[in-house]
Amino acid sequence: MKNFLTDAPLPFCKGCGHNHIAANTEKALQLLGYDPMNVVLVTDIGCHGIIDKSFLTHTVHGLHGRSVALATGVSAALNNPDKKVIVFIGDGGATIGMQHLIDAAHNGFNMTVVIHNNFLYGMTGGQPSEFTPFGFKTPYLPDGGKKTGYDICKLISAVDGVSYVSRLEGISDFSKELAEAFSRKGFSLVEVMEICPSYGVKANPGMKLSKVVESAGLKIEKFVDRGETEAYQTTVKTDLKSLFHEEDAIKTLFPTQLEKPIRMMLCGSAGEGVQAAAEFLLKAGITSGLNGTKKGSYPVTVGVGFSAAEVILSSDEILYTGSPNPDVMCVTSADGLEYARKTIANMKGGKLFIDSTLTAPETKAEVIYFPFRERGGAKNSSLYMIFYFLKTTGMIPMDALLHVFGENKIAKKFDLPKMFELLNEPYTEEMSDKTKTIA
Amino acid sequence: METAEKEMRLIMDGSELIVESVARAGADVFIGYPITPANLLYSYSQERLPSFFAAPDEISTLQWMCGYATTGKFPVTASSFPGFALMLESINMAYMMELPMLIILVQRLGPATGTATCGAQGDLGLLQGAISGGFPLPVVSISSMKDCWEMPAKAMKMAIDLRTPVVLLTSKEEIMTLSSFSVKNLPEINKIERTFYNSTETYMPYKTGATLVPEFLPVANTEHQVRFTASTHDQKGIIQNTSKEAIDNTKRLEYKHRQNKTEHLFYDYDEQSGADTLVVSYGITSAACREAVNAVRADGHKVSMLIVKTMLPVPPVYFEIMDKYKKVVIAEENLTGQFKNILFGERGNKNVSGVNGIAEMITPARIAEAILSK
Repeated sequence: MKNFLTDAPLPFCKGCGHNHIAANTEKALQLLGYDPMNVVLVTDIGCHGIIDKSFLTHTVHGLHGRSVALATGVSAALNNPDKKVIVFIGDGGATIGMQHLIDAAHNGFNMTVVIHNNFLYGMTGGQPSEFTPFGFKTPYLPDGGKKTGYDICKLISAVDGVSYVSRLEGISDFSKELAEAFSRKGFSLVEVMEICPSYGVKANPGMKLSKVVESAGLKIEKFVDRGETEAYQTTVKTDLKSLFHEEDAIKTLFPTQLEKPIRMMLCGSAGEGVQAAAEFLLKAGITSGLNGTKKGSYPVTVGVGFSAAEVILSSDEILYTGSPNPDVMCVTSADGLEYARKTIANMKGGKLFIDSTLTAPETKAEVIYFPFRERGGAKNSSLYMIFYFLKTTGMIPMDALLHVFGENKIAKKFDLPKMFELLNEPYTEEMSDKTKTIA
Repeated sequence: METAEKEMRLIMDGSELIVESVARAGADVFIGYPITPANLLYSYSQERLPSFFAAPDEISTLQWMCGYATTGKFPVTASSFPGFALMLESINMAYMMELPMLIILVQRLGPATGTATCGAQGDLGLLQGAISGGFPLPVVSISSMKDCWEMPAKAMKMAIDLRTPVVLLTSKEEIMTLSSFSVKNLPEINKIERTFYNSTETYMPYKTGATLVPEFLPVANTEHQVRFTASTHDQKGIIQNTSKEAIDNTKRLEYKHRQNKTEHLFYDYDEQSGADTLVVSYGITSAACREAVNAVRADGHKVSMLIVKTMLPVPPVYFEIMDKYKKVVIAEENLTGQFKNILFGERGNKNVSGVNGIAEMITPARIAEAILSK
């Protein structure tokens, strides 16, 4: 039988239940025939945490309240239920790390959590915890707790995925109960009730542990025991493929040289295909043998507000990917106009394509109105815009755009001839009034 | 560029390169909680790394990573300031336990939740003071698509060599902007082979030799007891108050990071003979800086450029380079010049000026103007 504790005296106050937990843990592990090298004890801050120096197992001593989360990582990485991960945590730590307890139980991570519940914060002077029972006194609660403490066993029992939950009093020999918890695969929890000899006993003279537990309405019992359950298994994929899909490499089909880079900005509304249209332009440019970048801007909410994209195409390497003074600005909606207003005002030249329902701000760009929304519908307005822009300017080959668009699945449902027909329709009188350079 | 060389070009964002880089270098797991603008790193990692965990929050993320790291596996996460702030205490723990891991910090506009979809370079000051006691947390940054490929693997190597968490600093536009990019001639990245303690002598988890880096041994190995401790500890990993051995161990954390090993020193120095002015930048502003330098030189002016990638602790060589110039311009996308302040303090230096701003990328025109100003 192997020792799990050193010969040195345990580091706790005389009469502290933590001593019993350490001794019973050793006995329980011996009962189960464990080797200390197959046990990892994870502790955190609080009196209970200073025990790790006494254990001959592997030990990991972490941050207050986080031992369950830390043990989760250990357990998930070991991915071996024969390696026993045990967590020692106090009632203070369990309060801080409640989410970690619920999460570990919910996932069924392989570990046993032993909560050292002495109803108060022993390390810092006896302040109450969320586990302090109604009426229980501490140096900071001379009149006793005003509310019921957490019933952690009830709480964790309610979590789907837990293997074993029990509460016991931390007196005499409870090694068999601990051994039962340790032997369960998945997540098991034991709450051990204690009274802190330094603060609990003094503040509640003569009060017995069983009385405290009983008057708190906490049951000493086994809450959950699912017996032989499946151990948690971490998925470790081996059939991994590179993110570089060489079949997606873009060939230069329409070689084009640009004297200088073209910086384009598309501004519209979310859900109206701005980003997709910009990516078509980008891909068309690259298919034309150019270098390209596309930068998106949008608010946090995916489905509302503005959506803007900046596309740069160049025969040379592109370094800076911004377009504070674009050569081409395309605006398809009021949201887009609001976003682009400052940039449009700054434009010293170039072209502004703007939907006829909008009024262009003062600018030195050539302003070209067209009813993109009316002709293409809101959803296709950006797509109509880029085809119109390319038809008008010929900055890169139209064939390149048609090629990349044709490769996309949305092309199948899209009436291209109708779009070109609509793009060719002349402006109305009213529209052409607007089609002039404001500068 | 010749057309032939442009073949095999893909449309990629920096996130893909970063995740492919860490995957090839041997990252075992991505653990993370989603946050804009780091989400592409999360989704690519789910596809590309051997294991993936969606943690319930960022504190759990870092704790799970620490647990993973104690077993000798290499964890990676990605976040932005709000999530990173939650990780901070646990990063201190990883630092004290000396656990290798990579934390990719994608900067966005703050303070607080700020603007999630707007890039920034506003977190270097936070990183400079991230470890209680002022101990240096290694930070490396990315300044180009090519760096998105090379730096993550190098940062991982640094984390393993120095047994430490390393922050890979980037920002929204660097990892989300799509670019035409050829993956054909990228330098190869091989799996980093880790070595563990293999002597029969009793293992002392925090005993070191000349390297100042203790040999690693995973928990749950069957040969030696292993201890990891977040509190002040001796060489055995046992908590101490302020014993000499324990305090010497704590001091060692400072010294091991100040060794300035050349294999972890990354910067691009483009020196122009006869130049009196040096422009310094990092991260997203590097591209604007390169463009500004090209433009200024094309107009017949002389200027040198230093793009820093090993950010923290600041390598002394940066001062040696800057000392050669009459004028130094430091460009970064924050309001006060955080790198400049780290280098020269709040009082600054009369030869050093900053090009700064928030809510939009610094333009090449502004940097060129600063280079040319008298």
